[in-house]
Amino acid sequence: MRYLTTLKVEAQPEGPPPADLMEAIFKLGQEATEAGALLHQSGLAPSSEGARIEVSGGRLTVSDGPFAEAKEMISYALYEVKTKEEAVEWASRFVKLHRDLWPGWEGQVDVLRLYSPEDFAPPA
Amino acid sequence: MTVADSHRAVEAVWRIESARVIAALARMTGDLALAEELAQDALVAALEEWPRKGVPDNPGAWLTLTAKHRAIDQFRRRDTYQRKLQEIGRDMELRQETAEAELDDALDDHIGDDLLRLVFTACHPALPAEGRLALTLRLLGGLSTAEIARAFLVPESTVGQRISRAKRTLTDKKIPIELPPPAELPNRLASILEVIYLIFNEGYAATAGDDWIRPSLCEEAMRLGRILAGLMPAEPEVHGLLALMELQASRIPARTARDGSPVLLLDQDRSRWDRLLLRRGLDALRRAEDLGTLGPYGLQAAIAACHARALKPEDTDWERIAALYRLLAHLTPSPIVELNRAVAVGMAYGPARGLELADALREERALRDYPHLPAVRGDLLAKLGRAEEAAAAFRHAAELTRNARERQVFQERAAALST
Repeated sequence: MRYLTTLKVEAQPEGPPPADLMEAIFKLGQEATEAGALLHQSGLAPSSEGARIEVSGGRLTVSDGPFAEAKEMISYALYEVKTKEEAVEWASRFVKLHRDLWPGWEGQVDVLRLYSPEDFAPPA
Repeated sequence: MTVADSHRAVEAVWRIESARVIAALARMTGDLALAEELAQDALVAALEEWPRKGVPDNPGAWLTLTAKHRAIDQFRRRDTYQRKLQEIGRDMELRQETAEAELDDALDDHIGDDLLRLVFTACHPALPAEGRLALTLRLLGGLSTAEIARAFLVPESTVGQRISRAKRTLTDKKIPIELPPPAELPNRLASILEVIYLIFNEGYAATAGDDWIRPSLCEEAMRLGRILAGLMPAEPEVHGLLALMELQASRIPARTARDGSPVLLLDQDRSRWDRLLLRRGLDALRRAEDLGTLGPYGLQAAIAACHARALKPEDTDWERIAALYRLLAHLTPSPIVELNRAVAVGMAYGPARGLELADALREERALRDYPHLPAVRGDLLAKLGRAEEAAAAFRHAAELTRNARERQVFQERAAALST
């Protein structure tokens, strides 16, 4: 099963993330890759570099970022694992690193299952 | 969190950490069966303790430490304690603290090497293929006996027996848990790759049906392949096998029609191919190519890549595929490879050239009862306008196949050609 995890930041101290944290994130990513679980991951540039396409009242509008959101989405990861709990475990390890190595940081990770062929399997 | 929830959380950690815990303990004790037993004990302890006290911050370390303490307890209790101490201390007189410190060191270092040793031991050629499969899935995949049994459609007791017999064989034959000497490496690595590919194929063969437990074996095999690629990044065939698996798996979503019937490669809706796996497969193939000459898995991946790169079936580079099959036939001569080559040559250089190759295989004993030989001949003959002979070939193919759906396809083609 594949899971997409997205990281949103709620509050973070001024300045760039500590080097320790970046190194720990890199190590964890490597570990998850070598465990065969992490398929892909990437950071996301600020929404000021993105756009939003919206339909409302039948009207389609395209607006450039930034979007006024309290939480900025900053990265995602794609895992292939056997259970939801496994995806939750990897994501928890990722968040724990932020908690432990960047005091004052607050944020959240959403864990979302991707549909796969078995969701559309012919009825047995 | 309910007890059931926290049990699932423990199982998730177990699946992530178990191979490393077992690998470290195997090195420490030199005994695979004991290592697994100790690791299982640690799992039981976690299932008891974590729901009450919460999952520890570093669950992998907790499991390893708990298992290690159990190992020391066991050694103390058993009369083997002194012997083990000596083994660990390499024949030195040791006080207990020294032994424990050594155990700590033994557990802290070389995690990657430990895992690799575990892979090589579980896939040792002294074990029968089915024993290697079961042991690998159990020790490296963290799958339970019941899960393995379900995946291979055999009774749980059979899998249990295979695993315990494999472990006994390792002990009886005194097979050390170690990396093979360089001279033996290619042979031993071949055994590992074979096991992983067997696991993959067990799942892949089932993907065109409605049984979704077995296809998860494909994911398991790819996971094992990715682990191995992390452990042996310099071996081209490891990347070659990974590339082959990811490329083949990328087609799974398109291999089955709505009614559950299999869809052949050239008829598949390519927009349904899994682009992520496809790209990962091509990346892995590139790594294999960069490392040197392609082996049998790399070549098969290169063939799969030709299909992957073609947006439409008619864009397929059949000349390249035919050339790759020629190389593959040279490396691993087999009538099946030759038959595939006949198909590719037929596509690249016309049906007459393909038929020449296919006809040459008719005397091949190994293919005497192989339905795809007459089916391929039927296809090529039909393209050449030799309808009568083509119909006869398809009728022959229909007689040979044991697959009902396939028989129907062959009969339909024969009927269409006879009118």
